[in-house]
Amino acid sequence: MKQYFVKRLLWMIPILIGISFFAFILINLSPSDPAEVAIRVNEITPTAENVAQMREQLGLDDPFLTRYATWLGNALQGDFGHSYVNNKPVAQEIAKALPPTLYLAGVSLMIIVVVSVGVGVLCAVKEDSLTDKALRGIVFVGTAIPGFWAGILLMWLFAVKLKWLPTSGMTAPGAVILPAVTLALGYISTYVRLIRNTMIQNKRENYVLYGRVRGLSEKTITRHVFKNSLQTSLTALGMSIPKLIAGTVVIENIFAWPGIGRLCVTAIFNRDFPMIQAYVLIMAVLFVFCNLLVDMGSVWIDPRRREA
Amino acid sequence: MVGFFKRFRNDTLAMSVSFFLGTVILLAVLAPLVAPYDPTAQNIINKFQGPSLAHWFGTDQLGRDVFSRILYGGRVTILVSLMTMAVTILIGTVLGVLAGYFRGRLDDVIMRICDIMLSFPSEVLILAIVGILGTGIANIVLATVIAKWAWYVRMIRAIIIQFMDSNYIRFAKVSGCSTGHIIRKHLLVGALGEIAVLATLDTAGTILNISALSFLGLGVQPPTAEWGMMLNEAKNVMTTNPGQMLAPGVAIFMVVAAFNFLGDSIQEAMNPKIDKVFKTRRSLFGAMFGRKKAVIE
Repeated sequence: MKQYFVKRLLWMIPILIGISFFAFILINLSPSDPAEVAIRVNEITPTAENVAQMREQLGLDDPFLTRYATWLGNALQGDFGHSYVNNKPVAQEIAKALPPTLYLAGVSLMIIVVVSVGVGVLCAVKEDSLTDKALRGIVFVGTAIPGFWAGILLMWLFAVKLKWLPTSGMTAPGAVILPAVTLALGYISTYVRLIRNTMIQNKRENYVLYGRVRGLSEKTITRHVFKNSLQTSLTALGMSIPKLIAGTVVIENIFAWPGIGRLCVTAIFNRDFPMIQAYVLIMAVLFVFCNLLVDMGSVWIDPRRREA
Repeated sequence: MVGFFKRFRNDTLAMSVSFFLGTVILLAVLAPLVAPYDPTAQNIINKFQGPSLAHWFGTDQLGRDVFSRILYGGRVTILVSLMTMAVTILIGTVLGVLAGYFRGRLDDVIMRICDIMLSFPSEVLILAIVGILGTGIANIVLATVIAKWAWYVRMIRAIIIQFMDSNYIRFAKVSGCSTGHIIRKHLLVGALGEIAVLATLDTAGTILNISALSFLGLGVQPPTAEWGMMLNEAKNVMTTNPGQMLAPGVAIFMVVAAFNFLGDSIQEAMNPKIDKVFKTRRSLFGAMFGRKKAVIE
């Protein structure tokens, strides 16, 4: 197991270098000159003179690898440069927008876990009954319904029509409910299916038969089956946490939630390159670390996988 | 293969879904001939009309005919998604077969590049590329292809490796078949069904993706009709005319659901003996478990 952990940790080094390099060259793939973009976004007409000046200010005339090294060194110290639009430090803007996003994703995660475990276990216990079929029908609708459509429909019903909840922003009480539910919808359908199917699969295992022979109550057997099915769902859940944070982009824009997803889309419209770059880098690093934790966690929990 | 078509034909759901998708695609292709109105022709006096014989789905905030806009919108949404899927699957198949067949150093290089690409959540990658290249439908297609190809290379490589272990491929090798012959006549034909399932489910995902980006205003630009963008416009008039949200939303929902059903049906027809538990969405599972296994390797 130790060997696996060391190998997995060492493997992080090339991946992280690859990610940072990719995030860096993204800007260089741009068809337009970053210096020109930086001038244009402030509604100044670019001339040969001020472009050259901006190029020097942004350090664009240095050799490629030097620029990469400087950028990476700064990024490691938490300096992602300044926004082209308002010249504020990018790190500061992101630090301000991160807590609302984490709050939204956290509430959403709670809804996902509670609902999918409840519905998934219910479907598995009542396999092929009417309840199971009806719930699975609803779940199927959940997979095909576009998140943004569900979002505006919920907004119309609960905020405009019934006036129970606020339409947007995050200051009003209960404002988190609509965006969190919308975000959770797609994931709930995945996990209900996953939990139901792994549980039904487990129900056919020999240990269940043995439990019945021993005369254990159905409740105890269900508890055993549930515990054994948890592993796959936990792994999948761990991997979808960064996806959940990334998935807030659309939802935050619908509900005017002041998080990093909205920050990123605004940055795209403004062609604010340093902001986009920082967003990509932070998201990718988050994703990689979540995967690492999930992999290590599942090896640590499940003795059967330790030998692998 | 004959058995596959027979089973597929006997599956009512599969046939009705195929018929529905065929009709939708045909209508989208023939939109200029079928649509009763010009999708961008404005008529402010007639705005927000309810459904009538003249305007089947009513008119929008600029008095444009919603039915015509749905038809033209389908052209963009569905045809662009199909094209994106075709390019992604093509790249995935070529690299997946190369890696899976030849293994060794070539496999290592391709897989390590895939590892790095897969370190980015695809949503973030798409946003990043659109952010750098600028908004517009061509850039969205490019971004989707760049974000998704690595995942398909990995999936198709896994499928190919499964086949490489089978006796008939070993026999073909021993009996001196050329590499090209084995790949063309045995591997690709064998893997065709699985790739078709991947492609169908991917189309559903791509439609959701492209319309979501257009909804955010990053994709198709006005006044071109596109389902996601129509929803974006509908959102702005939600308080006064909530009915506007209906047509484009239902359109996306039905087409995505149809592609999902089709993927399942192809899978079922291909592999009728498959355990009932796994019948639905086996590929989705493959996606989750396949990745986990690959990491442990």
